Amino acid sequence: MSRSWAFASNYLVYSAMAVYAISFLAHLIETAWAVKVPTATSKTLDYKRTEKVARIATAMMILGFVLLFAGVMARGISAGRVPWSNMYEFSITGALTFTGAYLLALRKYDLRWLGLLVSVSVLLTLGTAVTVLYVPSAPLVPALKSEWLVIHVSTAIISGGVFLLSNVIASAYLYLDRMEAKGERTAWAKRLPDLETLDQLSYRLVAFVFPLWTFSVIAGAIWAESAWGRYWGWDPKETWAFITWVAYAAYLHARVTIGWRGRRAAWLCLFAGSTFLFNYVYVNIWGTGKHTYSGL
Amino acid sequence: MSQQTQIPELDSVGLFRFAWRQLTSMRTALILLLLVGIAAIPGSLIPQRTQDPLQVGQYFKDSPQQARWMDHLYLFDVYGSPWFSAIYILLFISLIGCVLPRTVEHFKAARALPPSTPKNLSRLEHYQSWNGQGDEIDRARAWFKAKRFRALESEGSISAEKGFTRETGNLFFHLALILILLGISFSSLFGMRGEAIINVGERFVNTPTSYDTLMYGRLYRDSNIPAFMLTADKFDARYNLETSAPEDYTLEVSLLRDGSTTIEKKVIKVNSPMTIGTTRVYLQANGYAPVVTVRDSKGDVAFQGPVTFLPQDSNLRSIGAIKVPDADPQIGFLGSFLPTYVRDGVNGGASAFPKALNPRLLLSVWSGDLGLDSGIPQSVYRMDTSEMVQIGLKGLKPGESYEYEGGSITFEGYVQWVNLNFVADPGKHLALLGGIVAILGLLASLFTRRRRIWIRVGNEVEVAALAKNSAPGLEIEMQEFAKMLKGEK
Repeated sequence: MSRSWAFASNYLVYSAMAVYAISFLAHLIETAWAVKVPTATSKTLDYKRTEKVARIATAMMILGFVLLFAGVMARGISAGRVPWSNMYEFSITGALTFTGAYLLALRKYDLRWLGLLVSVSVLLTLGTAVTVLYVPSAPLVPALKSEWLVIHVSTAIISGGVFLLSNVIASAYLYLDRMEAKGERTAWAKRLPDLETLDQLSYRLVAFVFPLWTFSVIAGAIWAESAWGRYWGWDPKETWAFITWVAYAAYLHARVTIGWRGRRAAWLCLFAGSTFLFNYVYVNIWGTGKHTYSGL
Repeated sequence: MSQQTQIPELDSVGLFRFAWRQLTSMRTALILLLLVGIAAIPGSLIPQRTQDPLQVGQYFKDSPQQARWMDHLYLFDVYGSPWFSAIYILLFISLIGCVLPRTVEHFKAARALPPSTPKNLSRLEHYQSWNGQGDEIDRARAWFKAKRFRALESEGSISAEKGFTRETGNLFFHLALILILLGISFSSLFGMRGEAIINVGERFVNTPTSYDTLMYGRLYRDSNIPAFMLTADKFDARYNLETSAPEDYTLEVSLLRDGSTTIEKKVIKVNSPMTIGTTRVYLQANGYAPVVTVRDSKGDVAFQGPVTFLPQDSNLRSIGAIKVPDADPQIGFLGSFLPTYVRDGVNGGASAFPKALNPRLLLSVWSGDLGLDSGIPQSVYRMDTSEMVQIGLKGLKPGESYEYEGGSITFEGYVQWVNLNFVADPGKHLALLGGIVAILGLLASLFTRRRRIWIRVGNEVEVAALAKNSAPGLEIEMQEFAKMLKGEK
């Protein structure tokens, strides 16, 4: 019984990948075809020509989300628990929330320019998950049997997804900033919002999710107290969670109190985000300590 | 002479003032904040004494020279090192220096009325003006009241202000951080942490000597150890049949508290420790202890009882040493306990499952000097065989005996042991309170904004607004305000 659920989950994740790949292609075509043949004066963009493709791209993104959602659920059912106990499961759930956040934001803002980046990063995440990180579905080890698993890990995954999004936007800022410094934006880049908007967006995402990250760390501490007998023990994962927290706290102070904007703020944001990524990749796979649940 | 002494005095006051101003400046605080983050990094890459003493020992063995100078820099005790402490203490002084004056200022500002309406509203942001109907002031007053603005009315104008929660939240957040630090220091001064390995079926009496390791806070007294006694009645471990991964551990204990005559039955699991007063008892690890009887050549018992072996892999292949110093010459055994024995060409045997389905004890027998009198402390799990010779090798099933030259050993069976952590952490509630206040403060400071709105009704109605820091949404609020005044819905 639990096996067939696990198989179903794998098929669903693979199907989701195929659908995301179509979405990625559609986004590529959309971005490429929106560029009109350059005239003597300038290159321009024409979205009317690509509206159909854009719709297909978004529709595929939604279908991919649904399939992946079913895949994550099936994985959870097969193991009889929330599907967040090893890196494979973190990754597929993370990819799911990432697309979910994008689709949710899409209802309010026209963020379709971001679709290309979203689809490619979800594809990469899922690709890594199924090839490198895959482990068979299994029940929880005793230390993970706690209601805090749901609270601590879900908030950590959401925080991570939003930190990542804010990093993507900060990188876009830096890239476009350089492009503008050299001259005009190239045609495809004209579609992206202006620098001021990107700067604000990346900050707001961090400001929005920082309290959630704080909560996640504290929830982890409460759980650690009941599982390991101490709420803070400078375990590598805890240390890096602390470093990420401090880095983002510095970022918020730099913006709000000192008034950093633009390039400097974007670099600091990237630094803070990279500490989170380091924690996820390095500490899970090569690190020592009590948080090694990658199953690799 | 007197002049010479006076000048440095003035200087030092000046210097102090200068240092204080530097320390409490935002830029310094920011640098210190980043420094704390960076200083925490080495502790996550280099093994730390508090987390992994064995790894640290390995470092000293592998490259003693390098390990020694690393130790001089406290790289094995990063989080207790003077330099790490220096950074966070400076950070907290800087934080206090920042927060205290702001608290006073905020307290005053929160009690003061908003400043009166500026003369020239048209120079401010979100300015609008139109010809009014005459009831705008009343409408505005009602609106400000409903929206809980603090308002000052004078001569046909209202100056209203809102959003003090932002700074209140901000200050509470920073004060909460101090609270967390206090909680941690309180724990390290008055806390206690001990570990003990208890065989299932045996009794543990809570006295300092019962512990394998015991750490106290500086102000913790021996007499603070609560008196109780517990017996490990039953230990049950369940494993996944395919992967051998543990699924559940349950320890049943009988607890006898001080001054009580009734025995309480309790259950300890990995995520649910037992609480005795301020002490909590955690189930941390478990393993097997083979029970053996060692006899000398005359058949007299030289040693009898369970010997704790340490698990080596997920199938609980466990190793340990049985030392019999009273025999002459001294006898020692190096052993592997295999809970579910399977043949293995390389090691002579392996364990296929963590439960004791087919237990086997593999022994090598050594005779000579155990080296116990040399004064060098020895691990109970290892044996120094440098002064010994091997005189036998055997695998035993429960009940079987092996006779070697000068005696015999019988593998009677096995018991399970559990490793319990006993922790008293009196500051943790303070730290938790700090954590909760910090989150609430953070939410208040990030999601509210301080802003002022003015209205003046003269020949025409004029409104304007101003926000401290950037306040997205003020524009929308002003549109709403104007609509309301104009009577549009």
